[in-house]
Amino acid sequence: MTALFTDAFLTSLVLGALTAGLPLMLAGLGEQISEKAGVLNIGIEGMMLFGAYLGFLVAYDTGSIWLGFLGGGIGGMLVAAPMALFCIRLGLSQIVIGIALTLGAEGLTALLHHFQFAQSYPRLPAVETLAIPGLSHIPVLGPALFDRPPIVYLAMLAVAVTAYVFRYTQAGLALQAAGDKPAALDAAGVDVGRVRTLAVLTTGFLAGVGGAFMSQVGAGIFVPFMTNGAGFIGIVLAMQARGRPLFVLAGALLFGACLSATTALQVAGVSIPTDVIQMLPFAAVLAVLVLFGRRASLPLALGTHYVRGAR
Amino acid sequence: MSDTTEIAAPEIGSDALLAPRGGAWRERAHLLVLALGPVIGAVLLSGLVLLALGVNPVAYYGYVVERGLLNPYGLQATLTRMGPLLLIAAGLIVAFRAGIWNLGGDGQFLLSAVIVAALGPLLAPYLPVWLVLVIGLVVGAMVGAAWSVLPALLKAYQGVNEIITTLMMTFLGVSLANVLVKLFFRDPATTVPQTRTLIVADRLPRLFDTTISSGLIIGLVAIIVVHLVMTRTAFGLKLRIVGANPRAAIHAGLSVPALTVATFAISAALAGLAGAVEIMGVQGNVRADWNPAYSLTVVPLVFLARFNGFASIAFVFLFSVLSIGGESAARRTGVPNFFTLVVVAILLVMLGITEYLDQRRRAAGK
Repeated sequence: MTALFTDAFLTSLVLGALTAGLPLMLAGLGEQISEKAGVLNIGIEGMMLFGAYLGFLVAYDTGSIWLGFLGGGIGGMLVAAPMALFCIRLGLSQIVIGIALTLGAEGLTALLHHFQFAQSYPRLPAVETLAIPGLSHIPVLGPALFDRPPIVYLAMLAVAVTAYVFRYTQAGLALQAAGDKPAALDAAGVDVGRVRTLAVLTTGFLAGVGGAFMSQVGAGIFVPFMTNGAGFIGIVLAMQARGRPLFVLAGALLFGACLSATTALQVAGVSIPTDVIQMLPFAAVLAVLVLFGRRASLPLALGTHYVRGAR
Repeated sequence: MSDTTEIAAPEIGSDALLAPRGGAWRERAHLLVLALGPVIGAVLLSGLVLLALGVNPVAYYGYVVERGLLNPYGLQATLTRMGPLLLIAAGLIVAFRAGIWNLGGDGQFLLSAVIVAALGPLLAPYLPVWLVLVIGLVVGAMVGAAWSVLPALLKAYQGVNEIITTLMMTFLGVSLANVLVKLFFRDPATTVPQTRTLIVADRLPRLFDTTISSGLIIGLVAIIVVHLVMTRTAFGLKLRIVGANPRAAIHAGLSVPALTVATFAISAALAGLAGAVEIMGVQGNVRADWNPAYSLTVVPLVFLARFNGFASIAFVFLFSVLSIGGESAARRTGVPNFFTLVVVAILLVMLGITEYLDQRRRAAGK
C-alpha cells in the first residue's frame, strides 16, 4: 500500500480533483445564485452541455481558448434565456421547462456534433498553464494547484466575488429577497423579474464556462452527453452549501476527487472498471444527502412564480 | 423545513383532476385543442430544425410515418414498443398525481432489466415458461421498487427534495447496471459484454400471428387500472389529496409519509415492470452501455395527457410511431435518433406555452 502514495499519485489525485471539480464548482456556484433568487434551475445540465459544445466549437474554430470560454458562457446563456422567458416572465413550471431544456440541449448538441464532425472527435491542443512563481514549487500541491490554466484562478476568484456580493452588496440583498420574500423586494421598488432574470443568465454563463472547461481543459474533445450529470451534482452542491459559495468550492473538490480517482489509481497501477468509479460521485452525493439532507436549506419562495399583488 | 421542499408539486392538470368528471362536449373539445396544439407546434418547429440542418422535413416525417405507422412490420414494432412505455407512463401518473417527482425511472427500468435478463436464462431450463415469465415480472417490479426506497425514505422522513435524489439514483443505477453486466452477469460465450440471451420460445408470447409482444396488453391493463384506481377509489383520492395539498392531507388525518413511500414503491415498481417487459418481450438480453432512457421522454407525454390514463395511451402511441419511425429514418436519412430528444423538448415548451395562453384566455374571459 505504501507504494500507492507516491508523489506522482498524490499530485494526480489533487490535480484530478481540481480538474473534475472545477466544472462542478462553477455549476454549483451558478445554481446557488439562481436558487438564492428563487429559481430552481433544473436546466443547468443543459446549460453546461451547450456551453461545453459551443466552447469547444469556438476554441476549435478560432484556436483561442479564451474565446472558447466566452463562447461556452454565451452557450450557457443561450439555454438560460428561454428559462428566464418561460419561467420568470410567463410563470411556467420551472421543473418542466428545466427538463425540457436539458433534453433539448442533449439532443441538439448531439445532433449538431453529428452533422459537423460525423463520427470523428477532433482534439484541441493542450491548454497552456500559468505557473505562479514560488507557490508552484511546493512539493505535490504546487504542480497540481499553482501551475494551472489561468481560467482556474479566475474561477476561484469568482467564488470570492460571489461570496462578497452575497454578503456585502445591495445586489446580494436583492437576490436573497427575490428568493425569500419577493413581495418585500417589490415593495422596495426593485423589479423581482429583472433580479431573477439576471440571476438565471449569470447561472447560464457560469454553467456554460464550467461546461467549456470540461470540453476544453478536462477532455480536450467534445463528446455528446459528456456532462453526464455534472449539472445535477451542482444542484446538490448548491443545496448543501446553504447559500455559502465557499462550501460549494469545498464540496466540488470532494466530488471532483471521487470523479478523478480513476486516473489517479491508474497512475498508481491499480485498474478498476470505469463504471465502478463513475458511481463514486453519485454515491457520495447520496451519502451526503442521507447524512445532512435535513439540513439542506432552500429559499422560501424557491420554485414559485412571483405575481405582483397575488396572494 | 419540509414545507420549503414541497415547492415542486406538478401543477399542470391539477385543475383537471379536481374538476367533476364528464362535462360538456365543449370542454372536451377544448381539452383536445390544448393537447393537440403543442403536438402540431412541435412538429412544425422541429421541422424548422431539420430545415436548418439541411434535411427535408416533409421527406423525414413522411418516412417516419411510413416506417412507424403504415408499414405492417413497423406498426407491429410500434405497438410492441408501447408496452414498456405504457408501464412507465402508468408509474409516472401515480407519482405525479400524488405530487411526487419520480425522475428516477431510467435507473429503476435499467436495473430491473439487467436483473431479469440475468435471471431468465438461469431459470428457463428448470421451470415452465409461464412460471419463469411470472417470476421475471415480479422480480422486475421488486427491483424497481427497491431502487426507489432511498429517495422515498429521504422524502418522507427527511423532507429531501426527490427530484435530486431520484436523478442521482438514476446515474448510480445506470453505472451499477453496467457493472453488473460486465463483471457478474456476462455471457462467457460472447466477446461483446452482454448478458445471456433468453431464447425466443421462452419470451412473453406474441399476440396472434403478429410480432406484437403481449407486453402491450400488460401495459394497457396497467395504465387503465392505474387510471381507475387514481380516479375512482379511496386510495387514489388519498394520493391526490397528498399531491394537491400535503398540509391539508395531514389535517385530514392521512399518514403522508406512509403514502409517500407507497407512491414511490408503486411508481418505481411499474418502471421496473417496464424493464422486465422490455427484456422478456423484446430484447432478450442486456448489452453493456445499453440505456434507452425511456422514462424522461415519457414525462412530457404524461403531462400532455394531463395525467389521464386513456389520453396517455394516445400520446404513447404517437411517441412510439415517432420513435420506431425515427430509428428507421436514422438509417435512411442520416438524421441521428437524438432528434427525438429535440422533438420532445420542443413539445414540453409548446405545452407550457399552450397552458399559459389558455390561462390568459380564461383570465380575459372572466
